[in-house]
Amino acid sequence: MRASVHLLDAVVVANGFPLISGTTLTIEQGTVNVIKGANGAGKTSLLQLIGGLLPLSNGEGNVAGIDLSRNDRREVRRHVGWLGHEGSFYEDLTVRENLTFACEALSINPELIRSALERVELNHRIDTRAKDLSAGQRRRVGIAWLLLRRPEIWLLDEPYASVDSAGREFLENIIGDAAKAGATVILSSHDDLKLGKQKFRTITMAGGRVMSGS
Amino acid sequence: MIRTAKLVARKDLRIELRSRVLAWQVLPFGVMALLLCGLALGPNAAGRSHAGPGLFYIVVTLMALLMINRSQAIESNKGTKASVATLGLDPAGVFLGKAAALTLEMWFASGVLLVGTVLFLHVDRAKTLVATPSIAVTIAALSLAGTLYGALTSSQNSTVTLLPILALPAFAPLLIAGERSYSAEVYGGGSQVWWSLLLIALVAYTSIGVLLYGVMEES
Repeated sequence: MRASVHLLDAVVVANGFPLISGTTLTIEQGTVNVIKGANGAGKTSLLQLIGGLLPLSNGEGNVAGIDLSRNDRREVRRHVGWLGHEGSFYEDLTVRENLTFACEALSINPELIRSALERVELNHRIDTRAKDLSAGQRRRVGIAWLLLRRPEIWLLDEPYASVDSAGREFLENIIGDAAKAGATVILSSHDDLKLGKQKFRTITMAGGRVMSGS
Repeated sequence: MIRTAKLVARKDLRIELRSRVLAWQVLPFGVMALLLCGLALGPNAAGRSHAGPGLFYIVVTLMALLMINRSQAIESNKGTKASVATLGLDPAGVFLGKAAALTLEMWFASGVLLVGTVLFLHVDRAKTLVATPSIAVTIAALSLAGTLYGALTSSQNSTVTLLPILALPAFAPLLIAGERSYSAEVYGGGSQVWWSLLLIALVAYTSIGVLLYGVMEES
């Protein structure tokens, strides 16, 4: 199996503060990986490094076959999809407008929006502004965005935060389907996760380092 | 690049139409500021008229600073920033799109302010119409420069303070050229030199933005 992510002694420093301090990690394609750790352990920073959203300060890194030390983060980003816990949309645009924007940017047929929203059971909210959606519904729109995009690597930052049990089950199914389709899923959580029947690897982080599961 | 520019401009204008920040917050502030300027100058109509072009550009600058902050604030949510970054949009297109949307918004606002200069400051209506092309070019140059400086300061904690400090020195030559060409159209005098300066600024800021916006975003 091909490695989607490979980091060797990776260091990320931002504003003089080390966010990631010497992490070595290999993640294989088509697997589900849960990064666990307390607040401030470096989970989100690790996801951002993998997604090309933070620069590699030192060490080596390779994501989807792209060398992170070449500093071509824009190229890395084309291979990843991001779902943040803060909401990933323009608040004053409707669900349809947000997804149409993403489709047009990526040259995807906007007619696929309906089926993506059907999949996340949110078709009835298609003309609702993003700011009027609940936290769970925003998460679902974010997933619809990922379903439309079908990235090689799914980066989910605390996807289970403020999601009810039905939402958790729904998310588990989506994550399982993405992995089956060959995508690599990397998600962060500060809780112990049970992903139903889905096999996953737990990577524990503390103080910006991978403590186990590397 | 042009496709991205159209996409971003359409998105920014749609957000403005929904949120109506320009219509309900910035424009009333601008009109009030212009009215207060007129009141401060007293009842002498000739004095007010001569100060008209300068006061117009002072108010335009204040409104532009508010609108530049607004234009960058649309993108400031961390989650949105990350999601949009993964779309791989061409930064030159993003710059042109944001600048185009800001220019259109500022043209609209300036149109309303020009009516105000005629009504409150007694600047000649017909001559104001003649000055419109130079005003349009000045506003476009201000929007291009503002989009650049907005991106430069948007990642800082004190954007609202930093933006005027950094942008005003860059705006100054544009404002002087804009005011002089407006005054020349209304009260007579040569405006060719000012026109040339404005056109050079327009080309220079477009080129710098297209080349450097990506670097600014990344840093």
